[in-house]
Amino acid sequence: MSDGGWTGTVLRVDLSSGEILRESLPATWARDYVGGRGVGARYLWEEVDPQVDPLAPENRLIFATGPLTGTNASCGARYMVITKGPLTGCITTSNSGGHWGPELKFAGYDLLILQGRAERPVWLWILDDRVELRSAEHLWGKGVFETEDRVRQEVGIADCSVASIGPGGENLVRYAAIVNDKFRAAGRSGVGAVMGSKNLKAIAVRGTGGVHVADPGALMAAQWAQKEVLSKAPLTSEGLPAYGTLALMNVINEHGALPARNYREAQFEKAEDISGEELAATRLAANKACFACTIACGRVSRISDAGVGRYTLHTSPRNWRHATEGPEYENAWSLGADCGVSDLDAILKASTFCNDLGLDPISLGATIAAAMELYEKGVLSDEQTGMPMPFGSGDALVAMSEATGYRRGFGDELAAGSKRMGEKFGHPEVFMGVKGQEFPAYDPRALQGMGLGYATSNRGACHLRAYTVSAEVMGEPEPMDPRATDGKAQLTVDMQNISTAVDAAGLCIFLTFGNTLSDLTPLVAAATGIAYTDDDMIRAGERIWNLERMWNLRAGVEPSEDKLPRRMLEDAIPAGPAEGEVSHLDRMLPEYYRVRGWGEDGRPTSAKLAELGIG
Amino acid sequence: MQALEIHPDKCTGCRQCELACSWVQTGVFQPSRSLIRVHVFDEQASYAPWTCFQCDEAWCMQACPVNAIDVDEASGAKIVLDEVCIGCKLCVIACPFGTIFFDKGQDTATKCDLCAGDPACAHACPTGAIVHSETDPGAWVGPFGEKVDDAYRRAVDGGAS
Repeated sequence: MSDGGWTGTVLRVDLSSGEILRESLPATWARDYVGGRGVGARYLWEEVDPQVDPLAPENRLIFATGPLTGTNASCGARYMVITKGPLTGCITTSNSGGHWGPELKFAGYDLLILQGRAERPVWLWILDDRVELRSAEHLWGKGVFETEDRVRQEVGIADCSVASIGPGGENLVRYAAIVNDKFRAAGRSGVGAVMGSKNLKAIAVRGTGGVHVADPGALMAAQWAQKEVLSKAPLTSEGLPAYGTLALMNVINEHGALPARNYREAQFEKAEDISGEELAATRLAANKACFACTIACGRVSRISDAGVGRYTLHTSPRNWRHATEGPEYENAWSLGADCGVSDLDAILKASTFCNDLGLDPISLGATIAAAMELYEKGVLSDEQTGMPMPFGSGDALVAMSEATGYRRGFGDELAAGSKRMGEKFGHPEVFMGVKGQEFPAYDPRALQGMGLGYATSNRGACHLRAYTVSAEVMGEPEPMDPRATDGKAQLTVDMQNISTAVDAAGLCIFLTFGNTLSDLTPLVAAATGIAYTDDDMIRAGERIWNLERMWNLRAGVEPSEDKLPRRMLEDAIPAGPAEGEVSHLDRMLPEYYRVRGWGEDGRPTSAKLAELGIG
Repeated sequence: MQALEIHPDKCTGCRQCELACSWVQTGVFQPSRSLIRVHVFDEQASYAPWTCFQCDEAWCMQACPVNAIDVDEASGAKIVLDEVCIGCKLCVIACPFGTIFFDKGQDTATKCDLCAGDPACAHACPTGAIVHSETDPGAWVGPFGEKVDDAYRRAVDGGAS
């Protein structure tokens, strides 16, 4: 193993047998796949049959940090959860910040691999070398907030970090999240359901050790340089600190790319009411950072006086109407604009349910939006849903969020996600997503690059795999016409590879709002002592991307799934700056396969795989 | 004198100060060894870095039976003389602020020494929540002290506001 960055140790817990093992992290995997998402994918490739039922004991749940997790590099807070996702059937890579990942590093581990299934509910306690499974019978059924509080009381160490599932994960909601530090989540694709299927309620970690780096002088120089850039870039020094990611709400709406009411419109007339500016003026209590983050995009908010009573937040037993975290752009969109809801108090309440019950707010909001469309069409009756649920109803949003976590009443249907729910009620066309996973908050008809990114993302529709918004809306690094398809394949491939490398390093993707890869590569090199170049990092990103793609193909996810719903291809945007637009995926996809060096059939060629060392 | 001035309202809870403090002492990133700690009060939307503010009373100094705590003339910091300290922990008990610690590795007390006049935590803080400036030690605590007094008076008066 190298001299730093990685601890070199992998912790493996077999929940069936209760066995706890420590293994060495293979040095070549660390070098070639960097860490986090990459090394996790390599383990999944090695150990899990892609055809496995995601909720079977044979599936593995991998928590992976990167070489910069736990260092003072800005935003070195991240860990990635890698598993086969129950929402998509694809390899799932779900990322979270907070303090849990660094704490795992301080305890001495790069990765935690969970396998098998416990007979009864358990939780895992990691205190440096001491690792033990404890009964979680008394925690089962509890929300995330109470679970964290109780676990802390039980171990008597307030400084531990807890990652847990709520009723959503226990009840195998297909888009259940794993939540850490109460408000940070590995949110997407149902990683929480996998944890629930293993009867694992929580993982508490406390590490008193340290993260070593190979070249301290070089690391200190690189982190000062990196932070200097972040302190001057407009988005990371002004936009995100002032408004969080919600700074995007008005911007994307003005570009006519803000999907509303289940993607039937691409502008929301009440976007201002749910914008970062509105939150800052009426509800913002503080900015909050993840571990080592110098940006602090997190919002700590209180509901307004008008929301008291109706949407009172209960985030702990002690206080009344105190602060909660959120909302950020994605959940304010999914729970807001996509459902036609413009009441920030209702959005905050639903978002708090997502944290406490452990649900992905993007898929939840989008699924409720799809149900609202069915309700409006008369496909669903009051009797079926249990209450009126027209677009714009904050009460329906809040009630359905809670019902979904517990799978009560109509929540049981919503728990399947919008693809399965739409199919069940005979209207598959209400599903707005790719490979079973719901779209995030950018209309692919208005921003052509995002459509290609959604269609080709290895974990189903996702905005974080290739954030072409950066070029198409913000003009970074080069402005590109959002309606044009030219050059979007190259842009998408480049962004996919770089974003994957950033994920693997253990850094937050939001750094790229300020930093370029050339700011970040020296950090990885200094930490690990391996002379990575920018090209090496991009190559590592490409290697990981291809490995994920191959795993998906073996899982039976065919290239024909690289597609968008008919609404995006045929129904033109009805109004706004992007009026009349549809997605031209057909023009971009063949070029994408070419740029990737894959066959026309969308499969990585054996030459490409050999070049990347994937066997 | 120059001392640390803390602005809890600017703190985002990122713990760069803890990383910097542990780095200066140990050469690795190890928040458990940091002498400055960020306290998180999520439900009150408040985060507060907390370390020794070199108070005039210096209870640690007064409690020490062997005079192992001294004032560094250059920085003005109260410092632990490792070779004199006998590891009795009386100072840890005496400090009303909980900002002097016991180092299990070397069996001595340990506390913030203002990095000999150039505190790393202040450099590392990205939001200006920790500033090394010409200030009365602990002057920044004043407003919070007044709030505590207020709360106490209200409680004694029996009025809940």
